[in-house]
Amino acid sequence: MDVLRVATAGSVDDGKSTLIGRLLYETKSITQDKLDAIERASQRKGIDFLDLSLLTDGLIAEREQGITIDVAHIYFNTPKRKFIIADSPGHVEYTRNMVTGASKSEASLILIDARKGIVEQTYRHYFIANLLRIPNVIVCVNKMDLVDYSQEVFNAIKKDFTALTEKLPNKHLALTIIPLSSLHGDNLTESSERMSWYEGDPLLTILEDLPVKKLLKDLPFRMPIQYVIRPRNEANHDFRGYAGRISSGEINEGDSVVVLPSGRTTKIRKIYKYDTELECATAKESITLTVEDDVDISRGDFIVRAGEETELRTNFQAYICWLNSQPLATNKTYLLQHGTLVVKSKVSSIEFVQDTASLLKIESINTLKMNEIACVSLKTGKPIAADPYDTNPPNGTFILLDEHTNNTVAVGFIGS
Amino acid sequence: MKEYLREFPRELEDEAVYIIREAASQFERPAILFSGGKDSITLVRLAQKAFYPGKVPFPLVHIDTGHNFIETIEFRDWLVSQTGMELVVGHVQDDINAKRATEETGKFSSRNTLQTTTLLRTIEEYNLDACLGGARRDEEKARAKERIFSVRDDFGQWDAKNQRPELFDYLNGRIKPGENVRVFPISNWTELDVWNYIREEKLEIPSIYFSHTREVIDRDGVLWPYSDFIYKEPSEVVVHRQVRFRTVGDMSCTAALASDASTVDQIINEIIDATVSERGSRLDDKRSEAAMETRKVIGYF
Repeated sequence: MDVLRVATAGSVDDGKSTLIGRLLYETKSITQDKLDAIERASQRKGIDFLDLSLLTDGLIAEREQGITIDVAHIYFNTPKRKFIIADSPGHVEYTRNMVTGASKSEASLILIDARKGIVEQTYRHYFIANLLRIPNVIVCVNKMDLVDYSQEVFNAIKKDFTALTEKLPNKHLALTIIPLSSLHGDNLTESSERMSWYEGDPLLTILEDLPVKKLLKDLPFRMPIQYVIRPRNEANHDFRGYAGRISSGEINEGDSVVVLPSGRTTKIRKIYKYDTELECATAKESITLTVEDDVDISRGDFIVRAGEETELRTNFQAYICWLNSQPLATNKTYLLQHGTLVVKSKVSSIEFVQDTASLLKIESINTLKMNEIACVSLKTGKPIAADPYDTNPPNGTFILLDEHTNNTVAVGFIGS
Repeated sequence: MKEYLREFPRELEDEAVYIIREAASQFERPAILFSGGKDSITLVRLAQKAFYPGKVPFPLVHIDTGHNFIETIEFRDWLVSQTGMELVVGHVQDDINAKRATEETGKFSSRNTLQTTTLLRTIEEYNLDACLGGARRDEEKARAKERIFSVRDDFGQWDAKNQRPELFDYLNGRIKPGENVRVFPISNWTELDVWNYIREEKLEIPSIYFSHTREVIDRDGVLWPYSDFIYKEPSEVVVHRQVRFRTVGDMSCTAALASDASTVDQIINEIIDATVSERGSRLDDKRSEAAMETRKVIGYF
C-alpha cells in the first residue's frame, strides 16, 4: 500500500474544513466519539451544524480564535492507498505554514469558492504549489450548490485558473479542476447527478489514482549519508555500513559510485535494508550500503552514481522563503543545510522579492521579512552537491539556520 | 472485509528509521522513552532495524508511576534481556518522597500528571538531550500539531505557537545547553498502522492487550481496573469482566474495554469496527477538552 501526501490550503470561509471532514466521514475514518465531541463543541459555540474545523484546530488558541494557526496532519485510508493531509491555514501571514505543509506533498488541493472565483489567496496558493513544483494540483471549485451547479460559473473559473497557470508555467504540472459541493457531498466520493455536465471523476477517485514516486525513481541516484554503522563486535568486525535514505533514483549492487564532495570512487558491495540484502533499492527507502574500497565516507557526504555527478556549488541563486520573525540580514553568516551537510553561508544579495499575489517582482530591497519569498544570491564556505530544484527537487532544497538562536529561518530552492 | 486496512505502508518504516538515525547523529545522549505500550515497543523494533547489525546506541528510559500493570513490568524486563539494551528507571515515588511532587487524592486521582516531574528530573539527571517517544499525531488533536523534532526549554515546556517549521526531510535538532528535544519517529502512523506492523513483524506485546478476565469497577460504563491504587466508594462493587486494554498507561488512568479479542488479528478487526477512538479509554485525556495540550505545555511528552 502506498502513501499519498496531500497539502490543502484555503481561507476560513471556503469550506476546506467541511471538505476534509466530509472525506473523513465518507471514508469512515472518524469515530463516533470524535463526532460526538465535535457536536458538543459546536453546540457550545452556538452553531447548529457540525463545525468540522474543530477536528483539525487542536490548539486552545485556535479554538478560541476560530482560526487555524499551525499545520495539522490528518490521516485516512481507502482501499487504494493511505492519505496524509497536511492542512495549512490560508491567511497571508501564514505563508510559512503553507510552504511547510506543501514541502512534503505530492499533491496540492486548492479551494475556490464558486461565488467568489479566483481571489488573492488563490494566487498565493498556486504560486507556492508551483514554486515547490508539486506535480499534481487539484483545484476544487467548491460551494457549487450556491451557484445552482452552474456550468457557466465553473467554466469561467476554470478559464481564469488556466490563465493563471500560463503566467507561472510548469511543464511537469498535472492540473485537474473539479466542481463540487463539500456540504452536500457532490463530486466528493461519488459523481454528482446535479452536475452531469462534468465528465471527470469525483475528488476521491482522482486522489486515489494520482501517480506518485515514479518521477523520483527516474531521476539520478542521490543519497546523503546520515550515519556510519560500525558494530565493532566479533561477528561484524570489519563492517562499515553507510546509512541513509535515498532521496532520488535507484541503486544496484555492483554499481560504480562517487562520493561527493571528495570525488573518490568505489563500487557498491552490498545493499542492506536492516537484516535483508537487496539487489536494488529505490527513492525514499532507508538503507545501509557497504562499498568495495576503504574510502573515507561520513555524515554530510553524498553518494551518487559514477557519470551522474552533480556540479559542486559555492555560489548560486535560489528562491528562498523567510520563515522567522527576525528578518534576513544580508552578509550575516547563517548555517546552510543541504542533505545532511551543514556549511557556513551568506546571502550576498537579494535579486528581487516576489509578490505572490500580484506576481510582481520588487527590486532594490535589502532585507526579507517572515513569509516573504525572494530570489537571492548565496555563497557557501564549502561546496554543496546540489541539483537545480527544477531538475531534481529532493536534491535541490536547503534550509538556513541561525547559529545564535538555532532556529530554522529559511527554506531554499536552488535555481538552474 | 476491508482487507486494505490490514496492510502496513512500508514507507512509514523508512521514514521512522530515517528519523531515528537523525536522532542518533544529531544528539549526544538520546534515549527511548519506554512505557511498555505498543507504540514504544514498535520504536524499539525500528531502532534495532535502524542500526543493524550494530547495537541500538541509546538506552530505554521508563518513567515508573509505581501504579503499573504487573504484566507491563514483566514484559519490560523480558524485552531488556532480549535486546541487551540498557534500562533507566525514573520512579515517581522518589519525587513524592522528596516532596517534589504531591500525590493527588480522591475518586479520580492518578499519578499520570506526576510523571512529568519525574521525566524532567530523569532527563536532567542523565543529561539526556533527546528523548524518542512513540506519540502519534492521530492520537489526539494537540498531538496533531506536534513536530517530529520538538524542542523543549529548560523546564521541558512545549511552546506550540513558536515551533520550528519542518520542511522536506530536514530535522533541526540544534539546541542550547539545558534544552532538550522530543523525537517522534512514528508521528505519521495511525493506531491501525501500529497494529499491522506488530502483526507483520510478529512483535511480542504485553498480555494485557489481549482479552482476559479482570476485576473492574463499572463507573457509568467506564471499566476501571480494580487495584490497590484505585479509590473505591463503599457503594461500588468489584465485578469480573472479560476485558482488554487498548492503550497502556498506568493503572489509575487506563480504562479497560470489554473484549474477546485474543489475537492480534482479532484486535485489528475490533479496531476497524470500533466506534470509539483509541484515547476514548484514556481517563487522563477526559479531564478537559485541552487536557493533552495543557500537559504537553508543561513537559509531558
